[in-house]
Amino acid sequence: MRLVEWEAKALLRSAGIALPRAERVATPEQAAEAAAKLGGPVVVKCQVPTGGRMKAGGIRFADSPDEASGIAADLLSRPLLGHEVTELLVEERAPGGSEAFAAVAYDAAEKAPVVLLSLSGGIDLEASIGGSLGLARQVVDMTWPYSAYQGRELAARAGLAGAQLVAAGTLLQRLYGIFHEYDATLVEVNPLVWSGKGFLALDAHVELEDEALYRHPELAARLGIQPRSTQARPPTPFELAAAQIDATDSRGVAGRMVEFDGYLGLLIGGGGASLTVFDAILAAGGRPANYCEVGGNPSVRKVRALTRLILQKPGVRRLAVIMNVVSNTRVDLVARGVIKGIVEEGLVPSEVVTVFRVPGAWEGEGAKILERYGIAYSDRTVSLDEAAGVAVARRG
Amino acid sequence: MPILIDETTRVVVQGITGREATTFVRHSLDYGTRIVGGVTPGKGGSDVYGVPVYDGLAQALAEHPADAAVVSVPPSAAREAALESIECGLGLVVIVTERIPRRDVAEVLAFARRRGTRVIGPNSLGLISPGKVKLGMIGGPAEDVRRAYVPGPVAILSRSGGMTTELANLLSQAGLGQSTCVSIGGDPIVGTTFADLLPLLEADAETKAIVIYGEPGGTQEEALAERVARDRPRLPIVAFVGGKFVDRMPGQRFGHAAVLVEGDRGTAAGKVRCLRDAGVLVADELAEVPSLVRRAMGAGREAR
Repeated sequence: MRLVEWEAKALLRSAGIALPRAERVATPEQAAEAAAKLGGPVVVKCQVPTGGRMKAGGIRFADSPDEASGIAADLLSRPLLGHEVTELLVEERAPGGSEAFAAVAYDAAEKAPVVLLSLSGGIDLEASIGGSLGLARQVVDMTWPYSAYQGRELAARAGLAGAQLVAAGTLLQRLYGIFHEYDATLVEVNPLVWSGKGFLALDAHVELEDEALYRHPELAARLGIQPRSTQARPPTPFELAAAQIDATDSRGVAGRMVEFDGYLGLLIGGGGASLTVFDAILAAGGRPANYCEVGGNPSVRKVRALTRLILQKPGVRRLAVIMNVVSNTRVDLVARGVIKGIVEEGLVPSEVVTVFRVPGAWEGEGAKILERYGIAYSDRTVSLDEAAGVAVARRG
Repeated sequence: MPILIDETTRVVVQGITGREATTFVRHSLDYGTRIVGGVTPGKGGSDVYGVPVYDGLAQALAEHPADAAVVSVPPSAAREAALESIECGLGLVVIVTERIPRRDVAEVLAFARRRGTRVIGPNSLGLISPGKVKLGMIGGPAEDVRRAYVPGPVAILSRSGGMTTELANLLSQAGLGQSTCVSIGGDPIVGTTFADLLPLLEADAETKAIVIYGEPGGTQEEALAERVARDRPRLPIVAFVGGKFVDRMPGQRFGHAAVLVEGDRGTAAGKVRCLRDAGVLVADELAEVPSLVRRAMGAGREAR
């Protein structure tokens, strides 16, 4: 989950990192009040969970409360980079000066966290995790507590000295502390400026791991940070319905249902095979109605509900059932669920199912059930690509 | 000789009384795996298909020395179960649990590095040396395993558990058996990567070719390509990368936790390009893999 700026800064503040004074506002009037209270020039910033706000015009400067109010009205009037703008941060304008960059992230090649520090701002973090010029990088050994002396060592390598070196050591230790304590996958401060007395974090980007949110109730309780969906776009009603079906029955997984606008419904699985089959369907010229990952031995009820959901989607007339050679999913249960779902929708199974390719346990039984409804069972001698080809070819 | 495991490997299962674990214990025993003990705190003194259950790993190992552990516990308990295996000195720890927080994974791997323990996974379906031994869910019931996996010269390394079996089946259908097949795990950080396994397979006389299943997200395929370009391995490598459509949908989650394209990083197209540049044969369609393997192995023989 990507935090918006004020949320990320709440974490930084709780760790003792210095920030510009700021107010959260939701109306132009509040923006004017905040600017008056802060005094002097301010920055008005859209609170949306994405990068590139400055370039997209979502961060603007105001010299008076009136100007802040006008800018706020403008920013609140339309979405930014696909996100509704409901909240702004009005922040005192920080002193100018050279901008630095500090971050903690995981490096999959090192299989460990890395701490990064650069004295030049505008760094591309993605390119930096693996190491790049002008950037000091330190791999963290998690069997040892990350300490300020390690931060100072990195600061020295980045080219800092004196008071700045000492301050950076503490700052890096605190950033690592946030990263570790809150199960973050990224904590980035960019830009970081020297105020003369200490470092000031002007903007922050924090990503928390979805799988670990359950163990951080303090985020909501203490800092007001609520968990939310992390997909690139909000889920559609179809996707929400699929998630509901998945949640109400613990047997099997109906993961990652994503809606597309084609005619061909897909019941595909598991994780890797779904990616492979979706590619193959597109390559064969098919237009899928959805993506999904079915697996983990789903119950008849779950398969039935998913089948019905897909067939209820406007314009969906065909269904392809394709999975890799399964290890623990029972083929007969999948067959039963598919047939039930189709019949309950008042449709004819042999007309709806273009291909059924699920090799594995109880496949003999599954084939018999399908045969009764006039559906040919494709066994393990039919490749995923061939199955996708058949699924697309049978349109009539 | 297979890598990592063989028919002499003695295995303990952590979380042995869980639903998934009891299932794969049955299947693994049927396949010939030597499961000598299991652990579920609070269930000590019971047994699972004749395998004795202990409250802690140290107690289990005191009576039944072992070489490898399979960790199959809920995500919130996985860190401790893995650390217990590492502290007890097991050389190989296979973590099948999915959705373990990344911090826990990285911490486990840090301790594993310190102790010299090899970790496979997390989010691995297991590994198998066909005809000899299997660890974890991989392949399902013994009779299904025997239908999909047959002994032979091709190693399979896969970021997807299901695709490990799909590839084995595809190769077996084409008359190409397998030496060792590893579901390396679908998480962003895994204990053993493609590149980590390459030197082990290079040293294995039985293996004549390697098949890789890759996905968008992360940089494992790129790291392998770099290693191949640098070390010029004797073994030909055939790769297939699933999820090419994901490249066009940045920020949207598909597949395993690791499958997330961010900016230009981790795209399927980029991985295919890197692998090809390094001399790896990349199949455009999955079904092409067996013929590419045959061609690569034939070319290898001619070169010698």
